[in-house]
Amino acid sequence: MSGMMNLTLRVWRQAGPDTVGQLTDYQARDVSPEMSFLEMLDVVNEGLIEEGEVPIAFDHDCREGICGSCGVMINGVAHGPVRGTATCQLHLRSFKDGDTIVVEPWRAAAFPVLKDLVVNRGAFDRIIQAGGYVSVATGGAQDGNLLPVPKMDAESAMDAASCIACGACVAACPNGSASLFTGAKIAHLGHLPQGQPERYRRALKMVAQMDIESFGGCTLFGECMEACPKSISIDVISRMNRDFLRASATAGDEREQVGDG
Amino acid sequence: MTLDLIARVPAGPLAEKWDKHKFDVKLVNPANKRKYSVIVVGSGLAGASAAATFSELGYKVSCYCYQDSPRRAHSIAAQGGINAAKNYQNDGDSVQRLFYDTIKGGDFRAREANVYRLAQISVNIIDQCVAQGVPFAREYGGLLANRSFGGAQVSRTFYARGQTGQQLLLGAYQALEKEIAKGGVAMYPRAEMLDLIVVNGRARGIVVRDELTGTIEPHLADAVVLATGGYGNVFYLSTNAKGCNTTAIWRSYKRGAAFANPCYTQILPTCIPVHGDYQSKLTLMSESLRNDGRVWAPKRKEDVSKRSIEIGEADRDYFLERKYPAFGNLSPRDIASRAAKEVCDEGRGVGPGGRGVYLDFAEAIGRLGEDKIRERYGNLFEMYQRITDENPYEVPMRIYPAVHYTMGGLWVDYNLMSTIPGLHVAGEANFSDHGANRLGASALMQGLADGYFVLPYTIGDYLATAKLEPVTADAPEVRAAVADVDHRTKRLLGVQGKRTVASFHRELGRIMWEHCGMARNAEGLQEALALIPALREEFWRDVSVPGSGADLNQTLEHAGRVADFLELGELMCRDALHREESCGGHFRTEHQTPDGEALRNDEKFAYVAAWSHAGDDAPPVLTKEPLVFENIKLSQRSYK
Repeated sequence: MSGMMNLTLRVWRQAGPDTVGQLTDYQARDVSPEMSFLEMLDVVNEGLIEEGEVPIAFDHDCREGICGSCGVMINGVAHGPVRGTATCQLHLRSFKDGDTIVVEPWRAAAFPVLKDLVVNRGAFDRIIQAGGYVSVATGGAQDGNLLPVPKMDAESAMDAASCIACGACVAACPNGSASLFTGAKIAHLGHLPQGQPERYRRALKMVAQMDIESFGGCTLFGECMEACPKSISIDVISRMNRDFLRASATAGDEREQVGDG
Repeated sequence: MTLDLIARVPAGPLAEKWDKHKFDVKLVNPANKRKYSVIVVGSGLAGASAAATFSELGYKVSCYCYQDSPRRAHSIAAQGGINAAKNYQNDGDSVQRLFYDTIKGGDFRAREANVYRLAQISVNIIDQCVAQGVPFAREYGGLLANRSFGGAQVSRTFYARGQTGQQLLLGAYQALEKEIAKGGVAMYPRAEMLDLIVVNGRARGIVVRDELTGTIEPHLADAVVLATGGYGNVFYLSTNAKGCNTTAIWRSYKRGAAFANPCYTQILPTCIPVHGDYQSKLTLMSESLRNDGRVWAPKRKEDVSKRSIEIGEADRDYFLERKYPAFGNLSPRDIASRAAKEVCDEGRGVGPGGRGVYLDFAEAIGRLGEDKIRERYGNLFEMYQRITDENPYEVPMRIYPAVHYTMGGLWVDYNLMSTIPGLHVAGEANFSDHGANRLGASALMQGLADGYFVLPYTIGDYLATAKLEPVTADAPEVRAAVADVDHRTKRLLGVQGKRTVASFHRELGRIMWEHCGMARNAEGLQEALALIPALREEFWRDVSVPGSGADLNQTLEHAGRVADFLELGELMCRDALHREESCGGHFRTEHQTPDGEALRNDEKFAYVAAWSHAGDDAPPVLTKEPLVFENIKLSQRSYK
């Protein structure tokens, strides 16, 4: 097959959470431009296993850009050079024969490295636990069509809800902020009538949890939006800030409730 | 020894069975619920919805997933939609019609009572999801939008762009996180169930390996729910996520749970064709694309290497419209897949290796405009372009069938309980609702029906009636199960052979696709039954699993899963060989009508084939659950 490529990979290897890591070079020989980036890592790993070496650990699962498992820094850019694309959907046709590619894990205080390119993103789940839901139990819901939702509101909610929680926004942010992730969930539920009863309480609690998890503050650089594989707009952060400010300024009772919640 | 399969279908008229059963089941007193513990393995639609709902009811729940977060379960990748018999479109839908479509779509190989209940519950699911804030597509008037889907002539599919599975899963995930925050659910991510613990004939726990530390420990409870998805990855290339596996249900099978209809596999027609040997998975595109896309291939072999636009209208064969005029491009999955295969077998396929047909939107773009098509399928078109580097607004997509879903799974009764008391199975992991072929947009429906609305009733009945003795970690059965897992893990690490796990997996996949794929025959299946044990023997002699068992070792995880696939593949072939008929996704070339359609044999095969393990050195034992159709008449499926 024509157009096969040879690449040099400079990959972060770290045996465990408490060990020191370093960049190690590997050759990816005769790889096809039609391959995905992760398929290229598969090929390199099979070569390592055949040599009896420990392969490079990386998170991945669906390989169609929706589960949010994968994600690495590629030449310093979260998910690599193509906008609106998760690492698993990046193809080698975005690189040139002979390129050297630096592959590192997400770098953020709130995402400690577990092994090689694998990090702990449990903080995202805990932010959702703090209030990223509508408090309804199963059963007893009214007929779905009894609650009309303006089409534009449903579309705005869906734009925000498309977040896959990969963590690229945090990795791309100079401050390591989780504001795009948190703002996306607040915007998803806040655009819908179902999300209104808990709207301000939700903003207070989720923002508070963000701080607890040692994410940095947001200074609206906008790097997060550039890195986001779902191209979620930074508008969700402004919206989160508005909800948070309004909740802080007006909802004294709410704050007390949140305090003991 | 054959099993005593009791389906526990309630007596009475079909439409009243579930209501009657809900009244008849025993309840657990609210104050007592917190004394009962339930393990839920898997956090997809079925698992997350079950775990959240159990916790809301007051049970003590623990939930396990192999991913780093429960939100990443593979339900998230479902694109097209979820069916519900709401009849919002006033187009003639009803519970009865959804029931009938599902039974017929499954080629009359599913249990009537389960399917009817599924159709009934479908309407509650939509209401529940709306209440959770799932952003379903809406009309300008603010009401819920619908689209039509393969195998149905009504418009009953609810959707959220092409990300319906994602949005439904996030609804269930958020409900789960709400319960985790309250302390009702203990969540164990990066945890893999490697065995089932059975004490005194009842499921009482699981053996779990912590993927980060390698620790192997028992987790005990009063009941266990498996919601661990399907086993399509036995084919190596499938639309499943890379981690999807059979281990939880396979280990349970080896502990005594019957495995039903393992050969029923669904091949989805609208996937992106294979493009190289290094390919790691196949990408599905929602079959909702077939609402507006027209499937065609060149009429003449000589035209296959031409560019699509160079092939004139008169030289195109719109083969689904030609063969199935009533349903056309919306023919069910099994039928559309086989038709594409036939065209390619005739040498009329397009793209690499001649394994592809066109899915063309030119007519729809002309009729509706590019904007409308972008609104409906924008993300799918982008995904296609990202993978193939071709723009489907300008040239037709190329598609080919790929393994997508497994209708078979652990046998369950009406209460979704397996043949091991206390072991319940939900979603794709069980066999119950789709017969020999699943209709589009019905997997999401079933997963959520099982988790939100069926198990919460039936598990209470089990807990209220079972007399459960306390079990501790030092019980001999518990220690033996842990020791088995420990031994197996050490054995995988100890082979220290030369061949990679992935190479074994690929080879198994080739055998399965070749001999137990879209078309099967006795000769090929017998060949596979010789090849698979030989490959399995080689695996245990020559597999290479570097690293240790005491930390994150993804090769070790993969090795354990492939070892189980190497056993399951054999059972699938055995089942496919014994079923001397064609039905749904199971197409035996020896059994077809003169015009090449599936030819069932209702006299001999209108039953569920439930296989039970009889030891590693003995063949599995077949028990039949007869399928009794009291409410519909069996007919040859026709979509013409």
